[in-house]
Amino acid sequence: MIFALNVFEPYEFQFFRNGLIVATIAGALCGLLGVFVILRGMSYIGHGLSHAVFGGAAASAVMKINYFLGAGIWGVVSGLLIARVARRRVIGADAAIGVVTTASFALGLALMNRYGQASKSIEAVLFGSVLGVKVADIYAVSLVALLGLAVVVLGYRKLLFSTFDRDVAQVSNVRVSLVEAVLLAMISLTILVTMRVIGTLLISALLVIPAASARMTTNSFSRLLWVSPIIGAATCFIGMNLSYHLDTSASATIILLDAIVFIIVYAIAGTRNRAKMASLGHL
Amino acid sequence: MIVCEHVSCTYGNAPVVEDVYLTINRGEFVGIVGPSGSGKTTLLKAIIGSQPVAHGSITIDPRLTIGYVPQVETVDWYFPVTVEEVIVMTRTKTKWWPRITSKERADVREVLEKLGIAEVAGRHIRELSGGQQQRVFLARAMFCQPDVLILDEPTSGVDVRTRHEILHLLADLHQEGLTIVLTTHDLNGLAAHLPRVVCFKKTVIADGSPREVLTPEVLEVTYGAPMDVLEHGGMPLVVDHGRVAMRGEGK
Repeated sequence: MIFALNVFEPYEFQFFRNGLIVATIAGALCGLLGVFVILRGMSYIGHGLSHAVFGGAAASAVMKINYFLGAGIWGVVSGLLIARVARRRVIGADAAIGVVTTASFALGLALMNRYGQASKSIEAVLFGSVLGVKVADIYAVSLVALLGLAVVVLGYRKLLFSTFDRDVAQVSNVRVSLVEAVLLAMISLTILVTMRVIGTLLISALLVIPAASARMTTNSFSRLLWVSPIIGAATCFIGMNLSYHLDTSASATIILLDAIVFIIVYAIAGTRNRAKMASLGHL
Repeated sequence: MIVCEHVSCTYGNAPVVEDVYLTINRGEFVGIVGPSGSGKTTLLKAIIGSQPVAHGSITIDPRLTIGYVPQVETVDWYFPVTVEEVIVMTRTKTKWWPRITSKERADVREVLEKLGIAEVAGRHIRELSGGQQQRVFLARAMFCQPDVLILDEPTSGVDVRTRHEILHLLADLHQEGLTIVLTTHDLNGLAAHLPRVVCFKKTVIADGSPREVLTPEVLEVTYGAPMDVLEHGGMPLVVDHGRVAMRGEGK
């Protein structure tokens, strides 16, 4: 009975309920888009874009303009800029991400140093904070999640084709550049609405670890699109609850939980593969 | 049908393809041969539109549908897709519904049966043999009912038997009226059997029938190494001149 009371204790607080809803939806959204991030080898883009959006968030806080508007425009522009710079083959995508996002992050830090009074909200963006989550965040993350779902369902075939084989997709009249721009814009928006809970520094993990864990459980693309969001949502939900009881940072607890899930799946998948190889050896 | 005029392509500042003039007519079966790094794949990619052309122009009849088969080495075999999912990809432009329809499933079965691999439809692509891998990507290209089939190294990494099967399969498709352009390293096993061969090293060195093109002079310019050409069964047989003396040989 005492245990049951303890488990439900955080739900008495509005800030926790808001944070829990945002984190769970964000986990599912990051899990969904994370499938494309890992299959396209874009992990570094997730990492870079979260740093880029930090610059936008800092600028918005300093200029006292709406966070979603300022950081959102900044994030989408950074995503498109990366895609544009990366098209110069001599530079390469990884260097393009490095240039655009670290410059943006540095700008954010400089603004933080120069205008110290805004540092509190900037720190919340950097490390995430359940306390800072408002009802508007719930609407924002729900809207982006619905948009993400619509993009994946309606663009399923185009996304699959251009992810698997970019050149042939282009020959088959798929507008690959448009597909990639939409995907980057969606990842930017996801980072934007998730950042307040998870924080800039750990958000890329949420885009990578659930999808990487899910990838080891299935060889089916469509199943991957189910399993990854479920892992993302479940780890965020459980991680938020654990963080309250353990008195640890919500983002750190969520990411650690994701890492534990990854290690378990990795160990099971490894054992299964070894068993498969051993059975082949007997043939 | 496909006309390349004064075509040059670059990677950075380095020219990879220089001043190419090449015309592919309807119903032809053309093999482009040349050493590694000679720009064969770049030329194919320029033709299909995925490689920008720095100079010159490539004119393609806009009504043409092109089926492209990439080098199997460039495919991510760990990607989570089944054979069926790979094949329906080429109808992406006209379909959006995520699930494969029963009509599409029947069409996939038909094309796989034609290529003799109907049993692999539900398999993950990593579970295929070398020959099956080539056929699956050929099936994907065939699925959009192309007028021209463009293949990059269709016989690389396959055994002799599979190479024969692929060659016969392509010959049958050519007989049915398909225009085929392919690149290959394989002078004796593939190029010598084709009606038209283009020797390529950044630009067109020679263009014609195997008998006209596969000569010691042309091959030396193309490959930068001396080669002999013999006659075998009415076809030219290219013999590598290079001979390495092994330790202990002749004792």
